[in-house]
Amino acid sequence: MSKNITIPIGPQHPSLKEPACFTITLEGEKVVKAVVGVGYNHRGLEKACESRSYIQDLYIIERVCGICSHTHSTAFCQGVEELAGVTIPRRAAYIRVIMAELERLHSHLLWLGVAGHEIGFDTLLMYSWRDRELVLDVLAMLGGNRVNYGINTIGGVRRDIDPGMIEQITRMLDIIEEQNKYYIQLALSETTLAARLAGVGKLSHEDALRLGAVGPVSRASNISDDVRAIDRYAAYDEIPVRVVTDDHCDVFGRAVVRVLEIMESINMLRFAVANLPDGELTVKVPRNIPAGEALSRTEAPRGEDIHFIRANGTANPDRVRVRAPSEANWHSMAHMLEGDYLADVPIIIAAIDPCYSCTDRAIVVDQRDSGLVKTFDWQGMRDYSINWYKSQGFDASKIKIAERKLYF
Amino acid sequence: MSKNILEKAVDWGRRKSPWIIHFNAGACNGCDIEVVDALTPRFDVERFGMLQKGTPRHADVLVCTGAVTLQTRDRLVQIYEQMPEPKFVLAIGTCACTGGIFDGCYCVAGGIDAAIPVTAYVPGCAARPEAIIDAVVKLLTALEAGQKAGDSIEEDE
Repeated sequence: MSKNITIPIGPQHPSLKEPACFTITLEGEKVVKAVVGVGYNHRGLEKACESRSYIQDLYIIERVCGICSHTHSTAFCQGVEELAGVTIPRRAAYIRVIMAELERLHSHLLWLGVAGHEIGFDTLLMYSWRDRELVLDVLAMLGGNRVNYGINTIGGVRRDIDPGMIEQITRMLDIIEEQNKYYIQLALSETTLAARLAGVGKLSHEDALRLGAVGPVSRASNISDDVRAIDRYAAYDEIPVRVVTDDHCDVFGRAVVRVLEIMESINMLRFAVANLPDGELTVKVPRNIPAGEALSRTEAPRGEDIHFIRANGTANPDRVRVRAPSEANWHSMAHMLEGDYLADVPIIIAAIDPCYSCTDRAIVVDQRDSGLVKTFDWQGMRDYSINWYKSQGFDASKIKIAERKLYF
Repeated sequence: MSKNILEKAVDWGRRKSPWIIHFNAGACNGCDIEVVDALTPRFDVERFGMLQKGTPRHADVLVCTGAVTLQTRDRLVQIYEQMPEPKFVLAIGTCACTGGIFDGCYCVAGGIDAAIPVTAYVPGCAARPEAIIDAVVKLLTALEAGQKAGDSIEEDE
């Protein structure tokens, strides 16, 4: 007779940096059910965007997530540019691609370290984070900041790349390439790593399609899904994009996809800096954006990032909606956890490269559990407001309004 | 009041090995990766004896990032209460100091000091690892001078 035990993990937990609560039901050592509880990072920034102008929103959108900040601001800018009906200069498009690929380099190296940490391989964490510093140095040189670069503006980019910077980028790429060859060898042939990761967190090709997985998670399930190749935004129409896929369908496959993608990013960066066209950095965009709706997507390091913008003809957007890649991967992650061992839970969670600050867009208030929260229907709200004013000594029913004459 | 030899030894131990716990109260991840950066080889805050721990019951210093959201406020207070005395709090990043860009959002309570007392504030978006190390060193110097938990460090310059 087996008995199920339910363990809450989080919101503060040792393995991940961000707050999230996983309610895991165990039968012995095996996970039978996993419920993901997010919402701790909800700051209400979609609502904040509505009360600010497009240029101000750019700074909020960049802080949706600190790791993939450039991707978010690119998606937002593309949407606004589409509404305004402007095309950005080619040089600006290339600079956006260079930043995006540098960001992918730093994000994948970060993931490699975190994944190493989750399986008790801290040496890998120290190695890959040491190499990641070189990428951050280049990002700081190009954007002026290590994390939120602020390079995008509506209608182009804010900073130029000069030949000296290109030289530094190339030098950095040579070092990272050399290091990454070692990581690829490690990922593909190191037996302990393969033994630890192979067969963990299985997500079959059909399940990945059914649950709507995106990014490296879907590519490791052999789905050739990459916005850079499908949608070819910014300058990706001129830059050769090779989509890395793998058919392992497990955490091992996701690691392989990521280390090989670092190599692809290096190739794309080399092509982009060699073929950087001359020209302007920005085009003029009117302050008031014409009314309309735009859906814009980019490939973040974690997968497809979708921004929806509705403009109403003023300087402020009517509605902004951010669908970050981690949000799409939660369902497949809950599915992956089921049937695996408790000890594998941290690495399975880490394998989707979760980003809670990206995810936490909506908040669900369940009034059944707490007496503190009340929900009102329209009439109830009206009655409450009338009674509240009455308690303040103001009775609206006593006010006499002159009777209107009816003419028909 | 003069300290006896045991208390002096405990003080020395605390200065040489302040263990930290890291909590994200609603940050954008930017400061979190910089905090972890400070622990990795380039910056290596471990040379000051700092070690990241998984549980608040083992920690002396609570390193907080991000504006406090309504969802994490109670948890932050719980974590702070679980830490043994004397305990110190570092608020990393502009959001943790004042609420930053998210101040005024409907789900944000404000900076870390809206929930718990803060010992040192590190501004910056994101706070650079150098600034985090500076705060750590200031905290250790203040500990030597008899810093009390709950008080904030005054900037001299």
